[in-house]
Amino acid sequence: MLKKFDKKDEESGGGSNPFQHLEKSAVLQEARVFNETPINPRKCAHILTKILYLINQGEHLGTTEATEAFFAMTKLFQSNDPTLRRMCYLTIKEMSCIAEDVIIVTSSLTKDMTGKEDSYRGPAVRALCQITDSTMLQAIERYMKQAIVDKVPSVSSSALVSSLHLLKCSFDVVKRWVNEAQEAASSDNIMVQYHALGLLYHVRKNDRLAVSKMISKFTRHGLKSPFAYCMMIRVASRQLEEEDGSRDSPLFDFIESCLRNKHEMVVYEAASAIVNLPGCSAKELAPAVSVLQLFCSSPKAALRYAAVRTLNKVAMKHPSAVTACNLDLENLVTDSNRSIATLAITTLLKTGSEGSIDRLMKQISSFMSEISDEFKVVVVQAISALCQKYPRKHAVLMSFLFSMLREEGGFEYKRAIVDCIISIIEENSESKETGLSHLCEFIEDCEFTVLATRILHLLGQEGPKTNNPSKYIRFIYNRVVLEHEEVRAGAVSALAKFGAQNEEMLPSILVLLKRRTLCSGHRCVMDDDNEVRDRATFYLSVLEQKQKALNAGYILNGLTVSIPGLERALQQYTLEPSEKPFDLKSVPLATTPMAEQRTESTPITAAKQPEKVAATRQEIFQEQLAAVPEFQGLGPLFKSSPEPVALTESETEYVIRCTKHTFPEHMVFQFDCTNTLNDQTLENVTVQMEPTEAYEVLCYVPARSLPYNQPGTCYTLVALPKEDPTAVGCTFSCMMKFTVKDCDPTTGETDDEGYEDEYVLEDLEVTIADHIQKVMKLNFEAAWDEVGDEFEKEETFTLSTIKTLEEAVGNIVKFLGMHPCERSDRVPDNKNTHTLLLAGVFRGGHDILVRSRLLLLDTVTMQVTARSSEELPVDIVLASVG
Amino acid sequence: MQRPEAWPRPHPGEGAAAAPAGGPAPPARGREPAGLRLQEPSLYTIKAVFILDNDGHRLLAKYYDDTFPSMKEQMAFEKNVFNKTSRTDSEIAFFGGMTIVYKSSIDLFLYVVGSSYENELMLMSVLTCLFESLNHVLRKNVEKRWLLENMDGAFLVLDEIVDGGFFSLPRNKLNGRY
Repeated sequence: MLKKFDKKDEESGGGSNPFQHLEKSAVLQEARVFNETPINPRKCAHILTKILYLINQGEHLGTTEATEAFFAMTKLFQSNDPTLRRMCYLTIKEMSCIAEDVIIVTSSLTKDMTGKEDSYRGPAVRALCQITDSTMLQAIERYMKQAIVDKVPSVSSSALVSSLHLLKCSFDVVKRWVNEAQEAASSDNIMVQYHALGLLYHVRKNDRLAVSKMISKFTRHGLKSPFAYCMMIRVASRQLEEEDGSRDSPLFDFIESCLRNKHEMVVYEAASAIVNLPGCSAKELAPAVSVLQLFCSSPKAALRYAAVRTLNKVAMKHPSAVTACNLDLENLVTDSNRSIATLAITTLLKTGSEGSIDRLMKQISSFMSEISDEFKVVVVQAISALCQKYPRKHAVLMSFLFSMLREEGGFEYKRAIVDCIISIIEENSESKETGLSHLCEFIEDCEFTVLATRILHLLGQEGPKTNNPSKYIRFIYNRVVLEHEEVRAGAVSALAKFGAQNEEMLPSILVLLKRRTLCSGHRCVMDDDNEVRDRATFYLSVLEQKQKALNAGYILNGLTVSIPGLERALQQYTLEPSEKPFDLKSVPLATTPMAEQRTESTPITAAKQPEKVAATRQEIFQEQLAAVPEFQGLGPLFKSSPEPVALTESETEYVIRCTKHTFPEHMVFQFDCTNTLNDQTLENVTVQMEPTEAYEVLCYVPARSLPYNQPGTCYTLVALPKEDPTAVGCTFSCMMKFTVKDCDPTTGETDDEGYEDEYVLEDLEVTIADHIQKVMKLNFEAAWDEVGDEFEKEETFTLSTIKTLEEAVGNIVKFLGMHPCERSDRVPDNKNTHTLLLAGVFRGGHDILVRSRLLLLDTVTMQVTARSSEELPVDIVLASVG
Repeated sequence: MQRPEAWPRPHPGEGAAAAPAGGPAPPARGREPAGLRLQEPSLYTIKAVFILDNDGHRLLAKYYDDTFPSMKEQMAFEKNVFNKTSRTDSEIAFFGGMTIVYKSSIDLFLYVVGSSYENELMLMSVLTCLFESLNHVLRKNVEKRWLLENMDGAFLVLDEIVDGGFFSLPRNKLNGRY
């Protein structure tokens, strides 16, 4: 039934587009033809096509013009031409959200839907449901029910699909059609069955039991439709996941049985469901992996792609499970579909041996330019994982990364590369120089501010420690001259770091910085950005003092306080003018920066998240505590313990968890209590504490009432020991005291009479870690010199129970609760000596630094050197280690 | 590499007005980070279908969710996809966090777009179905000129195959009068 349009189009354009020069107004003008009688079906259908084409090309129809055309179109229902009629349905659907009063066609559509012409009925149902709202739905409900069970599959499917759309706005009406849907679900037609199961699931999805029944019913009898199988596999795996479940459930058996289905689509869906189940063991994965392996040699590209993509996912968690497929994957490396080839290579990089790396890297670099950025990121991530696994391959991998860095690419891609290079540099000192010089080259022509500033920061940190620091200056100073403000500011800071650490270069650095500051002399290039100028001025005056301590404190190691905390404290200070200068020590410290603990594949944004949460956590505590009158005058909150300690087993009558808050001379224990007995209400709850050391309990702040399952909080305030300030470690025995009132579990009514009771809790430990806040010193040596040796003490210990250096390092870090600096928490392999560098701030705001030299013979011998700006912290650290 | 794109979205026909009173509360929407866990089983399979000519111009396009809400974004997406796919002879690609299956026929490019979580083979069967139906309607001449001359047929075919993002398949393609 091919039709020829106007001869004119044919002649003028040849193969060109007859719709190319359509004018909206002209087409709408043409629509007046609709009103003519008799109707010319072919002409009218063509005009409708033109309107649809215009909408399709993004032409915007105003409400009035759309409504006008829509009303004209309704006349066309008088014609019985099938094509024209079906174009009308399409126009109705298309215009249902542009034109007004579209419901006037309801009766025409209802007539078609129940009429004799089968090819009208399906589309009529769909058009009708598109224009119907929930109030009108009741009127056509009867027809819908009939349509769902109609013996013509296209009608039944149309009704089911429309019902699914309607669920969103008329759930309550549609759910009454379950019986009909149930009947349709046993249909022999594959699409009807699929749509019916879809509808049944969406009506019942909030009722887990009903879903389970549905799965077992339909899986027992088997399904006709592969699409329905896929749907059921998804439902089953979701159900399994919510059960957090054991793998011997019938649901898992069902999914596994689908691995033997005759349709590839179902087999793949089942395999991918198994792979995606959380916590799947290698044994459970095996059958899924072997069907995926078969798919790898399929002639269909989509199937190969699906298989290798899923295998790639498996390889992230269980590389050994995929090793069996290595041969098949090797064959895909040369696949003409680059997506498949890339996935195959990155999977092989995860599962293959060290020997195959060179070959794979060569292979992949041959088509790197042809694949999309997303896949490039996948490649970079695979390389990053490799670097950790095979440190000896750094050279090959680095050169590959740099060639990628030079090519075109989006931000995400470039960031992944830079992250990866930085982590290599940090981990491997041999590759540092080459890495830095490549990065220098990269920032010469880098359009991404974030990356440029990051690299400048890294240069400032690592550059001065290299053999030939002066070669980096040119690169950095070029940034100062050529870039915009943010990068300039970063570059100025980096320059200052070179000046602070290298005396030979200091004079030239001073000259460079001076050019950025206020006019001095005849060669002035005063920077026009405030931030850059301020930074330069600041660094200049610090550097000119030529004092190591100042350099360390203000250039190399920056602020350790929490920035939001500082902002609030400063605001507070300006609100209450006082004679005293602002004390930086009163500002809460930043909880340990997360930047250094970046894991290889997490993007930076994800790693930043926890930092923010942690920072606000302490602020929340501070506000809560400040609201308690008993805790007025304790001073600023110094530290809150990161994880609450459970003082009860989790399944007991009462669940108590304790958070420790440290103040300059006091500690507050916060007990979060939950009463899990529904026939009791507790009142006046306190936790009595008995210290073993010289701590003194000052007061208890009770939780007034603790009804069933509503958490409450009580506090205990203690004073730190004054006579022997070094005795900070202490064990408290705890006992909860309260008044019990019985209550009715159903009504919640409480008896007036109560009785006293008590409940023994587990002991609570306070250790030195509660008195020290972690801080990161980027440059430990500078910080060490800054603090000076006035209060330095040194002692040697033997750790008789510890057999390896890693264990010793782990224990010391955990015990002191300080931050390991310059990656000294990593012990290189095959060494028997190691130096651990720790930094922290002691309660009251004094820096405390510990250098611990470890020697492994049969047992570990440890020499601890501690420095601080006060004597007390040093004594406490040494006393507690001993 | 995957965008959390797992949740079905209302297709444009129903617009934002679908705020159900007593409707089905989308279960656990806020509870779980999509992407880490499995997606909600849904029949919303298809994000978009489009047919481009060999210059990458749109001849026919339907979008079924609001991944690309404006015409400008849609066009940009189509252009990108075209640039990535038109020169290679493969049938599947991963782009912008979505799986795209495609097929070329003389001077036409047919594309079906689904989320990265979607069964690739199901998208393939939508594409195959689209191609075969067009082949039937255009009497085995799946090329630009014939498509344009039978645009009404193409609109009808697409409407039958995909209804608001659901794969609904032309059942009666042999007796069908497109």
